Amino acid sequence: MSQIALQMKGINKAFSGVKVLKKVNFEVGKGETHALMGGNGAGKSTLMKILTGVYTLDSGEIIIDGKSVEINNPNDSNQAGVAMIFQEFSLIPKLTVAQNIYLNREPRTNLGFIDDSKMNAETQRLLDELDLHIKATDLVEDISVGYWQMTEIVKAISNNAKIVIMDEPTSTLSLKETEKLFDMIDNLRKKGITIIYISHRMDEIFKVCDRITILRDGENVITERLSELTMDDVVQHIIGGKLKRTFVWEPREVDYTKPPLLEVRNLQSGDKVKNVSFDLYRGEILGFAGLMGSGRSETVRALFGIDKIRQGTVCIDGKEIVVNNPMDAMKLGLALVPEDRREQGLILEHSVKENMILPILKKVSNKFFVQERKVSEVVKDYIQRLNIKTDNEDKIISLLSGGNQQKVVLSKWLANSPDILILDEPTSGVDIGAKSEILKVIRELADQGKSVIVISSEITELLAVSDRLIIYHQGTIANSIPRENLKAEEDVEIAIQNV
Amino acid sequence: MPSKMSNFFRNMSWRNYIVYIAFIFVFIFFSIYLSDAGFLTAGNLMSIARQTAMITIMAVAMTFVISTGEIDLSVGSTAALSAMTTALTLQAGMGIVAAVIVGLATGFIIGAINGLLVSKVLIPSFLVTLAMMEVGRGIAMWITGTAPVPILHDTYIFLFGSGDILGIPVLLIWTIIIAVIGFILLNKTPFGRQTLATGGNEKAALFTGIKTARIKLSVFIFTGTMAGLAGMLYAGRLEAGRYTFGQGDELSVITAVILGGTSLAGGVGSVIGTVIGSIMIGTINNGLILMGLDVSQQMIVLGIILILAVTFGKKSKST
Ligand SMILES: Nc1ncnc2c1ncn2[C@@H]1O[C@H](COP(=O)(O)OP(=O)(O)OP(=O)(O)O)[C@@H](O)[C@H]1O
Ligand SMILES: [Mg+2]
Repeated sequence: MSQIALQMKGINKAFSGVKVLKKVNFEVGKGETHALMGGNGAGKSTLMKILTGVYTLDSGEIIIDGKSVEINNPNDSNQAGVAMIFQEFSLIPKLTVAQNIYLNREPRTNLGFIDDSKMNAETQRLLDELDLHIKATDLVEDISVGYWQMTEIVKAISNNAKIVIMDEPTSTLSLKETEKLFDMIDNLRKKGITIIYISHRMDEIFKVCDRITILRDGENVITERLSELTMDDVVQHIIGGKLKRTFVWEPREVDYTKPPLLEVRNLQSGDKVKNVSFDLYRGEILGFAGLMGSGRSETVRALFGIDKIRQGTVCIDGKEIVVNNPMDAMKLGLALVPEDRREQGLILEHSVKENMILPILKKVSNKFFVQERKVSEVVKDYIQRLNIKTDNEDKIISLLSGGNQQKVVLSKWLANSPDILILDEPTSGVDIGAKSEILKVIRELADQGKSVIVISSEITELLAVSDRLIIYHQGTIANSIPRENLKAEEDVEIAIQNV
Repeated sequence: MPSKMSNFFRNMSWRNYIVYIAFIFVFIFFSIYLSDAGFLTAGNLMSIARQTAMITIMAVAMTFVISTGEIDLSVGSTAALSAMTTALTLQAGMGIVAAVIVGLATGFIIGAINGLLVSKVLIPSFLVTLAMMEVGRGIAMWITGTAPVPILHDTYIFLFGSGDILGIPVLLIWTIIIAVIGFILLNKTPFGRQTLATGGNEKAALFTGIKTARIKLSVFIFTGTMAGLAGMLYAGRLEAGRYTFGQGDELSVITAVILGGTSLAGGVGSVIGTVIGSIMIGTINNGLILMGLDVSQQMIVLGIILILAVTFGKKSKST
């Protein structure tokens, strides 16, 4: 690392009296890909929001390219060459890639009209340079979602960004798309672009990053070259202690001689679910593996009554059931933790407590009234079990860190203790400590005789909890493999890719 | 570690309390400026309470509708129609029980129609209730060809108008009953939580198993029925049914709710805030009359207050 692109020195930030960042130092070299890690609520997003002008720092200094800069709003940050790639994409689907990239700063002809040919040519040059196989003239809605994020990145760079921040960029990407993104990061590095990479996924960090800075509770723990560290070191620095090895599979007893609890036959729904049949046994944890878009989420949406079932039958305890909406599903003992937590899981302006008890209002109420004492018990229990970082149970949920919001969505449904619990990407955005805690809770539920379906793009996780894996392929089920027949992650990856 | 106390202060933003502060200012201002005109006399304060009763009662129910992210513009017209049907029932000699049932049922039915159109046919509530505002007022005019219907039933007039029980005006008693029911319903029951959840994020509420359509239907029935009650109180106080009752009340009612801190976007609601908001509007109206302003000038002031309330009550949605 020859030159320094960014220095943040002695950054302090408090929200209404609670210190979130304490004298944090953060230094990134030019052209470096720098990992920023830490537990949920450690302060990563806050630090980056200060850099991008969403929040202003209480004290400290930001130096970019050797010059001290003052960042008071997002505009200042853009001027300084910093760009953040947002999770909620800011692209307009009905416009072309080029139109999106040049939105509001389109090149003009001499007459003052938009110069389409120049715009398209410039965009195409950038796309080619980064080895992205899309056309400048493609409509954004026609390219795959994986490319949306890349389009955002191209947009940032074409706007002269020198420092690009990615906050958990792979959480919505498939394996293939993730690899594409990594290739792109390589290309960006060659162009001298500096990347700050936030993620909870160890393997990714080691694959793409040069150095790492770890925060814990708003304080620096370490900044080091990744080649000097092992995964265990990183984990230890993040949680500040040893992790119990819950990512190791523990064989469980499932009684496959009894008839299955849930039988799905020839299910068809939307255009993603073409022909899905499977059984789920009592006390079983069933993992759904497959590529993004292979129909896993859509299957469970149909089972939960969100999407219409076009054809096929669903039986619980041998009796055929009809589910027209989530209420019906809940009555039959189903619960679904949805993929998109902000949109589908949370009421952002309500408190942690109010969100958590929503599905169990009946259980915490007597005939007429909600009983605050019972509510508090349940809420306190889950805040403790999943280590949810919040000042108190009345904190507005949108003020919690991303991972902690996810934990609240989970507790919401765990507290409901359904017969069939369906989890769609339950650990996305959750730190390593909480991940293992969540896997533990899943096992506990199954041990109590509940059945669980887990959808995850993290194969390590699926292998850690599943009793059996179902491999999805383009809306159908390609295979059902008992866990003991799978030795390593590669086995699953091969099963997913080679069908 | 932050103490309980500092937590408490941190969580309260000045916005939540602006209505109380504003109320105190308004009250002090009138007390001083209008002391000669008799603002601060017991008689005048009681008459504020009487004048405000109908607005408060409708506003309590409106708090629920706005909390779900909807709006009901038809309350004033519903009140007028209920006043007419109640008066006609009494005139027909069918007795007070029948009259009460008919009055409330009128409101209930209009609310149910609004609610079904909003929650099942999925027409925006703004449009549904705007249309219902015309329809309701139209029917109220039409059933008697705009003629008022006098009420001669003493018990009715006592219970729903000018009576006092232990020195407390019945109108005030009705207000308190409805406010207490509204407060408990919103803050202490599953229904209240579900109402706020529906307004906060309808999709998430739906996926949580909340019957959001049924919640919406219920809150419209609530405003309809409460508008019915308000109409009956108008009829009792003025000893007649008139199609003009409640004209423009929707503005006062909505202003009271917004002043009280309920979010127009849904998801956040406060019944206590609403009650204070509507008393404040009543106080301002009363003060303006004592100052010698006429109805047209009151309308201007009320409109301005609504805009101010919405402006200051707006939360930044950035974080
Ligand atoms: N606007 C805010 N008001 C109050 N507290 C806040 C606000 N923004 C963040 N916090 C608090 O600051 C702490 C750090 O949050 P931050 O979002 O930076 O965490 P993070 O490291 O990004 O975590 P995650 O991995 O879960 O995304 C959290 O405890 C959070 O509750
Ligand atoms: Mg974050």
